[in-house]
Amino acid sequence: MARILDLTTAIREFVHDGDAVALEGFTHLIPSAAGHEIVRQQRRDLTLIRLTPDLVCDQLIGMGCARKLVFSWGGNPGVGSLHRFRDAVEHQWPRSLEIEEHEHAGMAVAFGAGASNLPFGVLRGYTGTDLVNRTTVKFVACPFTGEKLAAVSAIRPDVTIIHAQKADRKGNVWLWGVVGVQKEAVLAAKHAIVTVEEIVDELDAPMNAMILPNWVVSAVCKVPRGAFPSYALGYYDRDNSFYKKWDAIAKDRDSFLQWMDRHVIQTADFAEFLRSMEAA
Amino acid sequence: MAAYTSDEMMTIAAARMVRNGATCFVGIGLPSAAANLARLTHAPDAVLIYESGTIGTKPQVLPLSIGDGELAETADCVVSLVEIFNYWLMGGRISLGFLGAAQIDRFCNLNSTVIGPYAKPRTRLPGAGGAPAIAASCGEVLITLRHNSRAFVSKLDFVTTIGHGEGGDSRAKMGFPGKGPSAVISDLAIMKPDAATKELTLISVHPGVSVEQVVAATSWPLKVAPVVETTPEPTEIELSVLRDLNARTAKAHAGQA
Repeated sequence: MARILDLTTAIREFVHDGDAVALEGFTHLIPSAAGHEIVRQQRRDLTLIRLTPDLVCDQLIGMGCARKLVFSWGGNPGVGSLHRFRDAVEHQWPRSLEIEEHEHAGMAVAFGAGASNLPFGVLRGYTGTDLVNRTTVKFVACPFTGEKLAAVSAIRPDVTIIHAQKADRKGNVWLWGVVGVQKEAVLAAKHAIVTVEEIVDELDAPMNAMILPNWVVSAVCKVPRGAFPSYALGYYDRDNSFYKKWDAIAKDRDSFLQWMDRHVIQTADFAEFLRSMEAA
Repeated sequence: MAAYTSDEMMTIAAARMVRNGATCFVGIGLPSAAANLARLTHAPDAVLIYESGTIGTKPQVLPLSIGDGELAETADCVVSLVEIFNYWLMGGRISLGFLGAAQIDRFCNLNSTVIGPYAKPRTRLPGAGGAPAIAASCGEVLITLRHNSRAFVSKLDFVTTIGHGEGGDSRAKMGFPGKGPSAVISDLAIMKPDAATKELTLISVHPGVSVEQVVAATSWPLKVAPVVETTPEPTEIELSVLRDLNARTAKAHAGQA
């Protein structure tokens, strides 16, 4: 049953060194605040799982929190490279990074299999590509027709972290807009942390809304603007200019470390982080 | 006719290949510009679908990322990522896929993963994303990228996405449902796979471009059709709609502090 916690407590309680941590949100509702808190608490040897690693993973990788990355598209959307990710892959800085590389469709069926408590998902994919040697795919024969299909091992995170628009005081969560694989990622995980824009008395959601009931969520944390620099539909827009600025910040190891120190390590929480950004 | 750039010619030539009423799965960047240009000119009933799950989206400005709010707010409906890939794309509902890439070979296989060796890459690119499934499952696929010998290569550094495999019937033997790439539109020319061998063949050069120029910008000995057409120049309408779209896009993205 979900508890309403502050983010510091939720990360301390549910994210441990060596864990497999899915941070989901497909260009929308990216759990940036939770990523910062993992950096502050200096978690190590994490396996990060995320279709589109984005800035949140660039920061965790650059700060040495990750041992492995499971992903399907690693870039700064609309801008270019993730420089900290590339530095880890190309120069093992600040440490080596094992990568397990998929296509989106493969990760989608793998999260679906995890949520369904099945060992693998199937699709017509990967055949003939060099991805086969870089990932956990194997090929199986359809038991009915003999057709060769790709099987992708189910993703079962120790903890999934997502950001959503709203929760009620009992910890039921409502998200809308581009919802990515968040529902599957939550249902596939042992624990789920959800940061939200606001906590309200009644969700008052339409009948088929995407609701995550409080009994599949471990912790709900109120973190307004917690998806910055991505967006929360109905609350704030994507800060495209920050995605461009990140390119310069992350290009150089020293400027990256200085930025992380000033805005993340030296701030107590995301509210203070946002104030430090306004002052910058 | 007003002057135009080779990038504008590429986008316009690619847009012309989107039929009105096509259901079109669109990648970010050049494919997105071309698909939206088609929707705003000759193909108002083209259904644009982005892998973020936005179906029938009609953005006023081009998205910077695949899941921009603009795409969701102007869509007929928004579905989850698992649903868009499983039911809509791999379910065989999409007639046309639209892809870019860093490298392409003579059989339209694509690399968007690494330049150089995988373990020690010279350039680490973003990776596969939705491209392999788009190429596998759409009825047909258009590919658009800038033409030079680093992009049009004899051998891909990494095979991310299968186009026509080893050529001939090799793609069909791999079991992919869609027909695969039907045209490649570059900033110099239009190429189509040969009906039997599936090897890319130069069929049209853009105005002012010579066949020799296209061949020189291709790392393998490019096949040339017996008669090479000249791509019709952009019309006033095509150019003005594209420029308005790009201007609106630049203004919208610059305006967000």
